[in-house]
Amino acid sequence: MESSVLRVEDFCAYFGEHQVLKDVNVSISRNKVTAVMGPSGCGKTTLIRCVNRMHELTPNARVSGKMLLLDEDIYSTNPIVVRRKIGMVFQRPNPFPTMSIHENVISGYKLNGIKLKKSEQESIVEESLMKSGLWNEVKDSLHRKGTFLSGGQQQRLCIARALAMKPEIILLDEPTSALDPKATAHIEELITELEQYVTIIIVTHNTAQAARISDFTAFMYLGELIEFGPTEKLFTVPEDKRTEEYLTGKFG
Amino acid sequence: MTEEIQDNVKSRIRKHTKNIGRINISESIFRKILYISGIFIVFLIVGIFLTLLVDAMFAIKTLGIKFLYGITWDPVSGVFGSLPFLVGTLITSFLALIISLAFSLSISIFLGEYFREGIISSILKSMVELLAGIPSVIYGFCGLFIVVPFIRAIEMKLGVPPFGVGILTASIVLSVMVIPYSASLGREVIQLVPSELKEAAFSLGATRFEVIMKVVLPYARSGIFAGILLSLGRALGETMAVTMVIGNRNAFPTSIFSPANTMASVIANEFMEASPGSIHLQSLVGVGLLLFVVTTIVNIIGKYIIKKMSVET
Amino acid sequence: MAKDNIRFRTIKDNIFKGLIVFLAFLSGIPLIIILYYITSKGISSINWQFLVNLPKPVGEIGGGISNAILGTLILIAISCILAVPLGIAVGIYLSETKKGKIAYIVRLCVEVLQGIPSIVIGIIAYVWVVIPMKSPSAFSGGIALAIMMLPVIVRSTEETLKLIPNHLREASLALGVPYFRTILKVILPAGLSGIITGILLGVARIAGETAPLLFTAFGSNFMNLNILKPMSSLPLLIFNYATSPYEEWIAFAWGASFVLVVLVLGLNIIAKLVAKKWKVQF
Repeated sequence: MESSVLRVEDFCAYFGEHQVLKDVNVSISRNKVTAVMGPSGCGKTTLIRCVNRMHELTPNARVSGKMLLLDEDIYSTNPIVVRRKIGMVFQRPNPFPTMSIHENVISGYKLNGIKLKKSEQESIVEESLMKSGLWNEVKDSLHRKGTFLSGGQQQRLCIARALAMKPEIILLDEPTSALDPKATAHIEELITELEQYVTIIIVTHNTAQAARISDFTAFMYLGELIEFGPTEKLFTVPEDKRTEEYLTGKFG
Repeated sequence: MTEEIQDNVKSRIRKHTKNIGRINISESIFRKILYISGIFIVFLIVGIFLTLLVDAMFAIKTLGIKFLYGITWDPVSGVFGSLPFLVGTLITSFLALIISLAFSLSISIFLGEYFREGIISSILKSMVELLAGIPSVIYGFCGLFIVVPFIRAIEMKLGVPPFGVGILTASIVLSVMVIPYSASLGREVIQLVPSELKEAAFSLGATRFEVIMKVVLPYARSGIFAGILLSLGRALGETMAVTMVIGNRNAFPTSIFSPANTMASVIANEFMEASPGSIHLQSLVGVGLLLFVVTTIVNIIGKYIIKKMSVET
Repeated sequence: MAKDNIRFRTIKDNIFKGLIVFLAFLSGIPLIIILYYITSKGISSINWQFLVNLPKPVGEIGGGISNAILGTLILIAISCILAVPLGIAVGIYLSETKKGKIAYIVRLCVEVLQGIPSIVIGIIAYVWVVIPMKSPSAFSGGIALAIMMLPVIVRSTEETLKLIPNHLREASLALGVPYFRTILKVILPAGLSGIITGILLGVARIAGETAPLLFTAFGSNFMNLNILKPMSSLPLLIFNYATSPYEEWIAFAWGASFVLVVLVLGLNIIAKLVAKKWKVQF
């Protein structure tokens, strides 16, 4: 039985009076890739933004229910602490434009005022860039600003930036939707390699992508978690009729 | 990464996490500083208004309402009626607007329709920006040595007292100064006219001239008007250039060639001569309040029109 | 009949275009005249002595405008120290607070501030600073100029920060960086070129201001580094000398005008270059 790193219990989320997540219950396994898929507006992005407490940055946003990261209640802890333990990669690559590649990777430390010795910095930068598969391409230009990199490379830089904080979980919000097919393939390969280091939750609207890279899949529709299980099983013998209809393209 | 480095980093993160309390304090201090800065501006404006009001009230208490409509301003005999300056301000500003209208409108149409891009456009844009950047005192200086002799020559030809300085001179100098403000705003709104509208007119066989007159200008009408209001606001408050060429006479202007004073120029000319606490000084501050109120109203109306336009588009 | 009509309309069209072009460029003539006059009359006064000497009484040769140049620089420095931090803070406040009554009122007040005539600001600085201090001073002049510079800085900061895409902020927050550090270490650096451009334009505006200084800094014929005493400045000197009856002083005024125009236009050009070269790509 795989150990659970994140437990979501009876979780609801609202924007003002409008409810976007309804009684979600799920347990995410450690060192596995879990995909969250569903049609637009199903709440999948809201769900992961609740995990690292980014949802509450929107005015009028509120939540109810529990989320436990390794038995610690996420919503009783200071959000800053939570966000340091959970990394996020966004849809559009967003390296900090005023910082070099080196500075971008360790920006989680620098911006928080955590002082690192030069040797520690270099060690973290090299390790993170190697894990995200970018090291060989940028090792000679670490002190140039990251804006000259291609879209796919910038996204891998953002992944390295998240990895450098040694998070328990990395949340990926449709990380390849702004990238071309070749870059997408690279990132997908990377994700499957990364699961040995960290737990991954990836939101995607691309069912084929979910099938390719994830160990577990959650299917969401209209704010509810319809079905959750091992990817192979969910894709071949889905239990719920709506899952089957989504997978066969009857709606989406 | 070696074990040692890993442990060092982890312990440093842990130590930092213990300082979360301090972060919360810094966070709220930061937000408070921003908020206080904003409130400070509000207090500044209120303070400015009240300061002007206090002295103006003294003046009105002593002089009565005649302060506002009296046509004599004579510090020596203690009579202070500010109507000559109100009239001087309004005449010079409106005259300046009328003179500049053709030019700023032409620039707006030139840059907004005919030459939106390219070298010629850049040259004209730079010229307009330079016009806006030249300090007021230099406009006054050049006005004194270029426009004044010119007007003096005209006055001599017409048989009018050849002061050279006066309402007309001030209006001419002012008109050059306000061109950039209505020109830039006019250009922006003209550029914003949807091309579908223009193309519909062209496809019906209209000439460029007709499209501009019948489609573009009517559509951009409120923006152009707002630009004119902004120019008016600028002209009303303009001090140095006007002071140097208007002739510094406290009498009610009788003709376009009369030397006169505006609200701004009388303050500039007489403020330092008035003794602190005297009715003279209080009256000048009262004129300042009048100027403040008039320019603020004009500017607010102009900005309001602009805001309404950007909401519509 | 229809053909004649088209010809007539085409002629009207061409005349109109010609008129527009003519009037547009005619507007440039005052500019050329001003620049020509200042350069031709001012250049002859410019020499090393002119720039480093103090003004001498009428009739003596070899005077200069050094105190005015220094005074202008000192006044700019004082008003920057007062206006820049406050202006940036208000700019941040306005760009971060989109809704709310207070933000609306603050924004309105900034707009009102921008439209206040410079002479009125001079009155205010006189009442608030010169009267309590019982003497004109560079400090009061600096305060007047700071009040004038404030709206420029607030506006350019707010506009610059508004252009920064939201996902940059989210990237920083998602790393666990607290809000205030996100603003100070990520958002502000990204908007630095726009903010600096705003400061340069604000400086260019106040460098040429005379009216607020008439009763505050007041002007002086001496070299003065004490900000609690009256101080000279280029625009003040130009105003006083240009309206004087002395030929030598008027010649000085042309020279000083040349220096001032070079300063103001130079700042505008530098501001443009900064905006172009340092612009951050997202």
